[in-house]
Amino acid sequence: MPYDVAVIGGGVTGAMILRELARYQLKAILLEKEDDVVMGATKANSAIVHAGFDAEPGTKKARFNVEGNALMEQTAKELSVPFERNGSLVLAFTEEDLDTLGALKQRGEQNGVPGLEILTPEQVWEKEPGISREIKGALWAPTGGIVCPYELALGAIENAMDNGAALLTNFPAEETRDNGEFFTIRSGNETVEARFLVNAAGVYADEIARMLGDNSFTITPRRGEYLLLDKTQGKLVKSTIFQPPTKMGKGVLVTPTVDGNLLTGPTSENIEDKEDTSTTAAGLDKVQSLARKSVPGINYRMTITSFTGLRACSSTGDFVIEPSESAPRLIHAAGIESPGLTSAPAIARAVVKHLEEAGLVLAENPEFDPIRKPFPKFREMTEEERAELAAGDPAFGRIVCRCEMITEGEILAAIRRNPPARSVDAVKRRARAGMGRCQGGFCGPQVVEILARELRIPMDEVTKSGGKSKMLTGKTR
Amino acid sequence: MKQTDLVIIGGGPAGMAAAIAAYDQGAQDLLILDREPQLGGILEQCIHNGFGLHRFKEELTGPEYAARFAEQVEKRNIPYLLDTMALSLETAASGEKIVTAVNPREGYLKIRAKAVVLAMGCRERPRGALNIAGTRPAGIYTAGAAQKFVNMKGEMPGKRAVILGSGDIGLIMARRMTLEGAKVEAVCELMPYSGGLTRNIVQCLEDFGIPLKLSHTVVKIHGKERVEGVIIAAVGPDKRPIPGTEELIPCDTLLLSVGLIPENELSKEAGVELDPVTNGAVVDECRQTSIPGVFACGNVLHVHDLVDYVSEEAEIAGKQAALYIQSQAPAGKVFPVSGKDGVRYVVPQLVHQNAKPFALYFRVGDVYKNVRIVVECEGKVLLSRKKQKAAPGEMETLLLKEEHTAKITGPLTVRLEKEGD
Amino acid sequence: METKKLTCIVCPMGCPLEVTLEGGNILSVTGNTCPRGEKYAREECTHPTRVLTSTVKVTGGVRPVCPVKTSAPIPKELLFQAMEEIRGISAAAPVAIGQQIAADLCGAGISLIATAGIEKGRKL
Repeated sequence: MPYDVAVIGGGVTGAMILRELARYQLKAILLEKEDDVVMGATKANSAIVHAGFDAEPGTKKARFNVEGNALMEQTAKELSVPFERNGSLVLAFTEEDLDTLGALKQRGEQNGVPGLEILTPEQVWEKEPGISREIKGALWAPTGGIVCPYELALGAIENAMDNGAALLTNFPAEETRDNGEFFTIRSGNETVEARFLVNAAGVYADEIARMLGDNSFTITPRRGEYLLLDKTQGKLVKSTIFQPPTKMGKGVLVTPTVDGNLLTGPTSENIEDKEDTSTTAAGLDKVQSLARKSVPGINYRMTITSFTGLRACSSTGDFVIEPSESAPRLIHAAGIESPGLTSAPAIARAVVKHLEEAGLVLAENPEFDPIRKPFPKFREMTEEERAELAAGDPAFGRIVCRCEMITEGEILAAIRRNPPARSVDAVKRRARAGMGRCQGGFCGPQVVEILARELRIPMDEVTKSGGKSKMLTGKTR
Repeated sequence: MKQTDLVIIGGGPAGMAAAIAAYDQGAQDLLILDREPQLGGILEQCIHNGFGLHRFKEELTGPEYAARFAEQVEKRNIPYLLDTMALSLETAASGEKIVTAVNPREGYLKIRAKAVVLAMGCRERPRGALNIAGTRPAGIYTAGAAQKFVNMKGEMPGKRAVILGSGDIGLIMARRMTLEGAKVEAVCELMPYSGGLTRNIVQCLEDFGIPLKLSHTVVKIHGKERVEGVIIAAVGPDKRPIPGTEELIPCDTLLLSVGLIPENELSKEAGVELDPVTNGAVVDECRQTSIPGVFACGNVLHVHDLVDYVSEEAEIAGKQAALYIQSQAPAGKVFPVSGKDGVRYVVPQLVHQNAKPFALYFRVGDVYKNVRIVVECEGKVLLSRKKQKAAPGEMETLLLKEEHTAKITGPLTVRLEKEGD
Repeated sequence: METKKLTCIVCPMGCPLEVTLEGGNILSVTGNTCPRGEKYAREECTHPTRVLTSTVKVTGGVRPVCPVKTSAPIPKELLFQAMEEIRGISAAAPVAIGQQIAADLCGAGISLIATAGIEKGRKL
């Protein structure tokens, strides 16, 4: 029996679409080429819920940004994912920049962004004492927010799976065919059949489209390098600090994360290689100097890690959210660069509407439970909650990751809950073990051991992130 | 809530020595907390020899050195809780300390104590702080994590390695990996001198023909899934890579041994004042921190080169914690102790006017030959000693005897003077 | 006449030693600050030895391996041969610290000693 819908791509867009589909009585499956979901741009972006003043009025980016921003609060709440409306500031360093801010404000108002305000430098410094003394003013957007993108996507996938949706990882779509009734997606010797198909394949979305004869857009990966800093730096600013946008993006930002770290970046560089997530010395230098222009007090000695994300930029210049011209039962959710994270909940609704228009019957699933059980977070609990948890299950009495105060219970939850973690990085993304200042120096060996025990494999079969990324090379004895 | 006179956080060499000293000083109602399943701390994975030369006049391995102290702990029936992680330390209005901790057997614990000794040790600096460009594949470990895999878990982290940083753990792991059949291609050190002990350079690198590349660093990591190689480059006096000196070394593993940082998150949250140079607490000669009744010793206070000195320092902290409990702590005026002219830091950072004889521990900031260490107080030289060689990798100690401490009337300074100046 | 430069490793001082040799015979040792330095230099130039530390496999213990050391320094050239032998040795838990794990390593009359105790039980 074919699935009703297959979604290609386990990023935040695919995740939200899968969850939206789980609301209905249908068989949906998410196909992911990597060992874990959220491995593309979703795990490496600015983690910002944009207010919506950047995009040109009338574009899909403008519409979904504002709609997605409004939906984020409830979505995050249902999925038990922290979301904070910390507001955002776009700084002006010159008189010209002030004109840009005026234009941004006007654009934002046209897009329907509430509460925009131009602040004087004094008003900015009162809000954010850490900001450069060189500024001439700033645009304040109170609806700007922050969320952890992969936590949001993982939450959506878990919720969808717990409501009956399926997930297949290590399944890169190598060939996709349409017989007019259903699509056949092949990966190696395996095939999946589905009556409807959603293309949420990120930087590979153009290749998926091309397999079905659709050449209407191409995707260019745009490299963005970031530096993530220790929690000691996370209090330098409360809101998200932008610089005036250029045609290559929104510039280098400085923002706290929901976990209390400081994130700075990205650079912006169009590249060819869809897999090149390496960082460069020049890129990391650039992030540092530009971020210090906004917030001079950043101490980069407190860097925890650096990483690169690839934004999926469409040749159309806008999100591609529409049925394919060559295969009407294929709906694209492509070209999802910034503000893709913000837009995801709204994109998901639009994609499901397109599916319905293409003939998918949507009968509500009366069993659907929108609430995802919170992931246990020992570090954020009150004394009473910790005591209760540790008394009920000894695994919550054993701290594995000291820096982030992560218990064995949380690591087990990462491995046992949907979508199950199968690698060290997958555990890290779900439970934060190894995410702290020592970057797994202490807990790494223990996490490998727990994974081996739970997956019933030898320690030297455990990978960092699937494939050939084995952590160890064999026993000594 | 549990109640005890003294809680010792950490059951490694510092915690055990502090506990024994406190017990012998009469503080016999005490409790050690340790996060590992056995006492001994990091020594359990340091299976190489060379420990205890100073203290026991013989060469012991890490676990043997730890066992000597564990035996003494057992002999005195000093209680300890293993698998127990201390989460926080607070001071009640009454001055009493409240330690919260958690373990799998008893769950969440609160312990009330009159005094606390901090002995949590240190951790390694990770890759992030270095900002090495490139990919983030499997095969990048701190030397300590690799040591744990090899020595405690019986697993090899790789077959062909480059080691960045010539700290002692990195040098020790170069030999250990080589003996286990791996090829160690090179050890790169950013500085023009090694941060490790000379004997480790001789016995761990020279014995096996492993090149030590001084003034070199790793500038890029290659490999999508597993490390496939690293690019190293020479650095100039500004520590920046010199263009044109890049060299690709194929390898599957990069080990980092780029420094140790005292693990003071708990101390910081407790409000203990820290020294920005040592990253450990500011203490007086009794090893008491800025919070009365809270003491610190070992690598959580400042990173030591030899465990022998950790034990020595921990005994001071343990004994003084006991005296504090017995209301016999020294009182009176306190003066600052500081380093200058090449002396990077001095521990203790404070000293009582009427201090009993004590040792100054310090490190220099560069490699020096034929220098004189001078301890001064208000323009008077209390003590000076010739030193043929001083290097940042080795901690220096200087004992202030009664004749010297009697002359402490103000701030103390420790400085280097070129011989013959 | 030839000179050989060594760094003394007897203690953390690390004295720079200079050994003057003639036809394999040591004429003089300089640079040492204590007699142990001279002894080290003489030995290092004629028959260098090292204490070897490693691990052996443990069955039925809380840890898969137990740390060990040679009971005395062994000739440097035997290090890798000794490692080969050690790879083939296994001990059953419980292992006591100081326990002899193997006798007569490499036929050099030196034994292998456990440097930690490993209790019996399930792996931690």
